[in-house]
Amino acid sequence: MSKDTLLRIEDLVLHFKTQKGSVRAVDGVFFELAHKEAVVVLGESGCGKSSLAKAILRLLPRNIDKYTGKIYLEGDEIMGMEDEDYRQNVRWVRMSLVPQAAMNALNPVLKVGDQVAEPMMIHHGVKKEEALVQAAKMFQHVGVPVDFLDRYAFELSGGMRQRVAIAMSLVTAPALVILDEPTSALDVLTQANIFNVLKRLKQELEVSFVLITHDIATSSELADRVAVMYAGQIVEVSDAHRFFAEPLHPYSRMLMASVPRLRANTEPEFITGQPPSLLDPPKGCRFADRCPKRFAKCSEEPPVVNVDGIQVKCWLYTS
Amino acid sequence: MTDKQRDVLLSIQDLHVWFELRRFGFGHAGYVKAVDGVTFDLHFGETIAIVGESGCGKTSLMRTILGLNKPTKGKVVFEDLDVGALRGEALRQYRAKIGYVQQDPFGALAPFMNVQQILEEPLRINGVKDAQERERRVRKVMEEVKLTPVDDFLHKYPHMLSGGQQQRVVIARAIILEPQLVVADEPVSMLDASVRVEILKLLRGLQEKYHMAVIYITHDLSTVRYFSERVFVMYAGNVVEKAPVNSIVHNPKHPYTAALMDATSDPDANNALTFRELPPGEPPSLVNPPPGCRFHPRCPKRIENLCEVEEPYDLPADDHLVACWLYK
Repeated sequence: MSKDTLLRIEDLVLHFKTQKGSVRAVDGVFFELAHKEAVVVLGESGCGKSSLAKAILRLLPRNIDKYTGKIYLEGDEIMGMEDEDYRQNVRWVRMSLVPQAAMNALNPVLKVGDQVAEPMMIHHGVKKEEALVQAAKMFQHVGVPVDFLDRYAFELSGGMRQRVAIAMSLVTAPALVILDEPTSALDVLTQANIFNVLKRLKQELEVSFVLITHDIATSSELADRVAVMYAGQIVEVSDAHRFFAEPLHPYSRMLMASVPRLRANTEPEFITGQPPSLLDPPKGCRFADRCPKRFAKCSEEPPVVNVDGIQVKCWLYTS
Repeated sequence: MTDKQRDVLLSIQDLHVWFELRRFGFGHAGYVKAVDGVTFDLHFGETIAIVGESGCGKTSLMRTILGLNKPTKGKVVFEDLDVGALRGEALRQYRAKIGYVQQDPFGALAPFMNVQQILEEPLRINGVKDAQERERRVRKVMEEVKLTPVDDFLHKYPHMLSGGQQQRVVIARAIILEPQLVVADEPVSMLDASVRVEILKLLRGLQEKYHMAVIYITHDLSTVRYFSERVFVMYAGNVVEKAPVNSIVHNPKHPYTAALMDATSDPDANNALTFRELPPGEPPSLVNPPPGCRFHPRCPKRIENLCEVEEPYDLPADDHLVACWLYK
């Protein structure tokens, strides 16, 4: 692990207990993230990407069947920490979250400024006045007028509420922020605006991002690295420039080909079939059923192959 | 009636849809001008896309076409019917001629009905009394939307289906009465990328096969070119640009259309290296829209003493119609 590594995840597993059996939502996730970098976790609905965010931040429901793996944050292994230690010293101190649909999750009866200041009061034990000063600073960073501190959530537009949610995740100056579909409910112009804000924050505050999304086109606005998730597993981890030029895994390729483009005359293609059930995923490669390049080997679990620095979980690249 | 006039299926004439705001329950407090002077014709078998952000009035326009809102001023004319004046039985008959594809397929399907019941409902309401005939038509339409093998799906409930399959049921329900017009309100925005294209292609195939007219309402410019012939761009209750799809994609005329295009990303790693130029501010309130051109407070090409004073009307520019003083 190099000195510059901020987050390193090794073989992370999170299974949920249900009446029908164990749901393997996260089933062998790995990737690495350097300081001041943004990694995009790309995947379709039901591939386990939101569960991944919860697994990293240990925001778990009660019905856990299996929760294993290693997560290193700035060199410290955090999976082995006690829950209370984790709550006090990791979550929202070193790592925070902008949850899915955060803009609709603001408390309607509290002023947004108080909500943004709250993590400062809880985690850094500062007085409310001081925390509000810090909140005002964050509002400036994300482009919300400072007098909005005294407003309520319903007085703000969707884009402004999303900015408030981002301010809330940044107020304690964490090194890493996990963004779960930060722009999926927003309009095109607002979306582009939020990405401008995130790009600026990355430069100004030296913060790193894990961006979880299904939207390939807008994910390229922030990505330094891309991790593609399919049926609970990471199938490719690549550098953004190489990924958007030419992905390696057959699933990544087909996903890329399915994107309608505004500026190119390509006809988008769709992927036939459906992802497998996470209750009982197939033994070998989980994409094999839908893969045009499948061959005999694919009924066995594929290894993660390193192709010039790109990690790809596919038999095609084994020599 | 001349040939040209006969071609028109749906004609929107200076349509205004205003919602009254009340103070303390009865005092008048102004209007939300959701649709404010929209005019266009839709021809038989034509597909158009209406593009705009949330709050621009595209949903109010659609609901008025479906006969769910009454026009405040202006007319919606379908063939020879004035939709705003229809009541009771006549309105019901009119609605059988238009299909509606909702945005959220799961919300649009009754959770206690299985696929067969859902698809039979429009037939029952519209007087197909013979059960065998109903089942024949349900099976046929399921083949059309590729919910096959039909027997596997017939008795499933919506929660047992994937998002894409649910949307196929919604489409099947919309076309089972063989309507002349289908209104699709963001039909793919809730679906995954890989399924989106599949559903759009399905809808396109059905449109060509049955020669239906389709109004495709969306906020996503990148899907428009795969689907429609003409594009209308809406901003704050007005249609600001009308143009053929290829022309608008390569050469947007209205500054707002250009801004929308600039804000739409294609997957490209270089996107992360630059900031996007965007118009400042947010769309105006529809209660009290700015005078003159409604985009003028945000417009980079504003002409002083003109744009904030006079409201622009449709001006021709190449094969576009643009409501912008730049093209005077």
